[in-house]
Amino acid sequence: MSVLAPEGRQPEHQQASPSGSGVEPPSELAMWFSDGWTVTKRNLTKLKRSPDMLVFAILQPIMFVLLFSQIYGGSIEVEGSDYTQYLMAGIFAQTVIFGSTFSGSAMAQDLKDGIIDRFRTLPMSSSAVLIGRTNSDLVLNALSVIIMMGTGLLVGWRVNTSLSSALAGIGLLLLFSYAFSWVMALLGMSVKSPEVINNASFMILFPLTFISNAFVLSSTLPGPLEAFANWNPVSALVQAVRELFGNTGTVPVPDAWPMQNAVVTVMVGIVLMLVIFVPLCIRKFASISSR
Amino acid sequence: MAIIEAEGLKKTYSSKSGPVHALDGMNLSVPQGTVKALLGPNGAGKTTVVKILTTLIQPTAGTAHIDGIDVLREPKAARRIIGVSGQYSAVDENLTGFENLEMVGRLYHLGARESKRRAQELIEQFELTEAGNRPVKGFSGGMRRRIDLAGALVINPKILFLDEPTTGLDPRSRLSLWGIIKDLVRDGTTLLLTTQYLEEADQLSDDIAVIDGGKAIAEGTADQLKAQIGGHRAVVSLVHSSDAASAREILGRHGDGEPLVGDDGRSIEVAVSDGPRALQYILSDLGESGIELHDAGMRRPSLDDVFLTLTGRRAEASDTKDASTQKEAAA
Repeated sequence: MSVLAPEGRQPEHQQASPSGSGVEPPSELAMWFSDGWTVTKRNLTKLKRSPDMLVFAILQPIMFVLLFSQIYGGSIEVEGSDYTQYLMAGIFAQTVIFGSTFSGSAMAQDLKDGIIDRFRTLPMSSSAVLIGRTNSDLVLNALSVIIMMGTGLLVGWRVNTSLSSALAGIGLLLLFSYAFSWVMALLGMSVKSPEVINNASFMILFPLTFISNAFVLSSTLPGPLEAFANWNPVSALVQAVRELFGNTGTVPVPDAWPMQNAVVTVMVGIVLMLVIFVPLCIRKFASISSR
Repeated sequence: MAIIEAEGLKKTYSSKSGPVHALDGMNLSVPQGTVKALLGPNGAGKTTVVKILTTLIQPTAGTAHIDGIDVLREPKAARRIIGVSGQYSAVDENLTGFENLEMVGRLYHLGARESKRRAQELIEQFELTEAGNRPVKGFSGGMRRRIDLAGALVINPKILFLDEPTTGLDPRSRLSLWGIIKDLVRDGTTLLLTTQYLEEADQLSDDIAVIDGGKAIAEGTADQLKAQIGGHRAVVSLVHSSDAASAREILGRHGDGEPLVGDDGRSIEVAVSDGPRALQYILSDLGESGIELHDAGMRRPSLDDVFLTLTGRRAEASDTKDASTQKEAAA
C-alpha cells in the first residue's frame, strides 16, 4: 500500500499493519478479536488479584460438594441411585448458575466506577467489553467445574459413560453458564448498584435451584411445586448433565417433555438466551453511562 | 469553523416529579488550540455537555461537531481523536498504573509494542513510577487523578475533555495537576474543561462560559468576566454590629456598587476596581470614625460572586442542588 517504513522505525505505524495505528482503524473483525481479548485479559488480571473472588470460585464448590454429600447424603434417600451420584449434577448446575451472576455484579460495578465511561469514549469494538466480561466469567466457571469434579471424584462420584459423553456434559454446563452470563450482564447494566444484583440473584436463583430436581426427586415435592420443578429450566440442565455423566441410575424420569428431552431442551435454551440477550446487551451498552 | 461546535443542545430526563432539563439550549464554540472552561455549580449541566461531546449520551435535541465530525452520527470517528478524563477517576484499582495505561493504548489500537512504550513514557512524564508496577488500589486521590489524566493522553488527542479535574483534591495535588494541564495546552491541544472554581478557570483557560440551568449565561475571558463582576473585593469584619450602617456607608464611598452585609451583621464587603488603594482609603476612613475591626482584607471573586452578580442568587442555591439529585435519580 503506501510508502515503505523509513529505516529504524517500527512498521506498526504503517496503515497496512493489522494491529492498527490509532489513525487508521483496523478491520471490524480484527478489532473485535483484539479488543475482546484485551478486556478479557484485564478481567482475568483483576480476578487473579482479588483473593475473595478466587476463594468464592474455589472453596465454595468444594464446600457444597462436601456438605451435601457428607451431611445430607446419609438422610436423603433417592430411590434408584446412590445420593452422591445423584447429587453432583445438581451442584454443578447450581454453582455455574450462581457463577454467572458475577457477570451482572461486575458490569454494575464497572459502570458505577466510571470504567465503562472510559471504555465507551475509546474507539473500540462496541461488544468488546461484554465479550471480555462473559469470556472471563466462563474461565471462572470452568475453574469451578474442574474443582467440583475433582472433589466429587474424591467422595466417590463417578462418570459412568464415555469420555465424549462426559465432555459433552461439561460443555453443556459451560455453554449454559456462558449464555446465562449475558442475561446477567443485561441486568447488571440496568440496575443502580452492584448490590442489587447480589440480592436479586439470591431471591430468585435460590428458589429456582432448590425447587428443582437438583437435590431431591421432583416427585417428592407437593403437587404445584412438582409441576414447577419438572418445567424448571434448571431441572432440565441438571437432568441433561446427569444423563451425560451416567448418574441417573434407575431413577424414573418424570413425564414432562423437558425432562424426557433434557439435552435438547437445554440446547434450545442456550440458543434462545444468546439470540435474545446478546443483541439486547450490545444495544444497552451503547447508551449506558455512570450517574 | 471552531473545532468544537455545539448548537441548541437539550437534554431532558424524566423523573417522578416531572421532566428535568439538564440542558436547555446550550451553545458552545471552541476555536482550535484554545482552552475553554465551563464554569458553574453542581447540576448546572456541565457534565452533561461533556458526556454528549464525548459520545457517552445522546442529547434530546441539538447538534454537536468536533473537528468537523458529527458526534451524534459518527461516534466512532469522534472517539479516535478525543481524550477524556471524567469527574471520577476511571482507573482500575486492581491493575497497576502501567497496566491501566497499556490497556487504554491497546484499545486505541496502537499495537502491543507502541502501547507499552507510550505507557512507560506517560508513567515517567507524570511521575507515576511509584504506581507503575503496583495496583492502583491504595494510592492517593491525586495519584489516581494523574493516572486517569495520563489515560486521556495516550494518543496525544486532538481534543481533550476534562470534567472537574481537581474536584476532591487537596491544594497541593491541585496545584501539581494545574501545572501538568498548563504544560499540555502550551503544546496546542484544544481543551474543554469544567470546573466549579473561578480560580481554576482563570488559571487554565483562555475563555470561560458561565453555565446555569443548562445554558451559558455569560461568556468571555477571565478578565472580561471579572470586570463585569467588579474584580477584587474588599472585606471588613466589625467588632460591634452597631457600626454596620456607618461602615457600610464608608465601603460604598470607595467601592463599585452596593456593599453587601453578611448574615452575621458584622462582615461587609464591596467590589473594588483599584484593589489595595481602595482598601487603604476604607481602612483610614473607618479608623477616623472610630470603628473597631476584627479583620480586614481583599479577596478574589468566587463562583458565588459571579453567580450573585449574573443571576441575583447564590451558586449553592437549593434549586440547583435539587436538579442535580433529580438528574442522578433519573439517570
